[in-house]
Amino acid sequence: MADETRSSESSSSSDRPDRGERRPSSRPGGPGGGREGGGGGRKYFRRKKVCKFCVEKIEAINYKDIRLLAQFVAESGRIVPRRLTGVCTPHQRRLSLAIKQARNIALLPFAGRAA
Amino acid sequence: MNRTYELMFIVRPDMAEEDQDKLISTLENAVTSSSGQVKSVERMGKRRLAYTVRKFHDGIYVLLTVEGGGGLIHELERRLRVTEPVIKFLTVRIDEEQKRLDKIKAIKDAKRKAAAPAPAPETGGEAPAATA
Repeated sequence: MADETRSSESSSSSDRPDRGERRPSSRPGGPGGGREGGGGGRKYFRRKKVCKFCVEKIEAINYKDIRLLAQFVAESGRIVPRRLTGVCTPHQRRLSLAIKQARNIALLPFAGRAA
Repeated sequence: MNRTYELMFIVRPDMAEEDQDKLISTLENAVTSSSGQVKSVERMGKRRLAYTVRKFHDGIYVLLTVEGGGGLIHELERRLRVTEPVIKFLTVRIDEEQKRLDKIKAIKDAKRKAAAPAPAPETGGEAPAATA
């Protein structure tokens, strides 16, 4: 059971960066769709987002662990907001600190793709 | 005042191995002379930089774990700044984070110990994963 949730979680996290890019454009369509269906609420089903760090019990968020951090950085170099990734507040705080440290030592880009 | 710090610095990619050794040993000497302690030295090798630094696209990363006070860090950073082949450095204090992690680990271990006298060893291994 634990394995199942983990595998689906990791697959969703791998496409996370580009999802972060796509979301804002698709969002205006969301309320419109709701209006179409009357008062029936949302038409599409959205999976409940969970904090990757809580689920996989990752305590250490280190600036050297680029593979972990890169999952939460969009293609543009932006830190993906937690409303898109589902990371909880305490973990997002550590995460953003680690990403900023990694940027400082040229492990992650400030802007754009790692070139 | 003993704190643990991590000094990560990048030297230019064309720096010779001996020169790196020399630089690292001078830094180690600086640490020991101001009553600090070098915990570990790790060469992370050549890596591609995420952005250009002083017109370099690659750099050799070195990680130094040091125990000592703030004055020592001040001195080390000054040295890194004046050393020409060093193109970037970052100092991070790690002892408090380590303390936090140790605490979490201790709690986890205690929980595991409490859950260990479960019926079968296989379910006993699964139980902490589900509850912890």
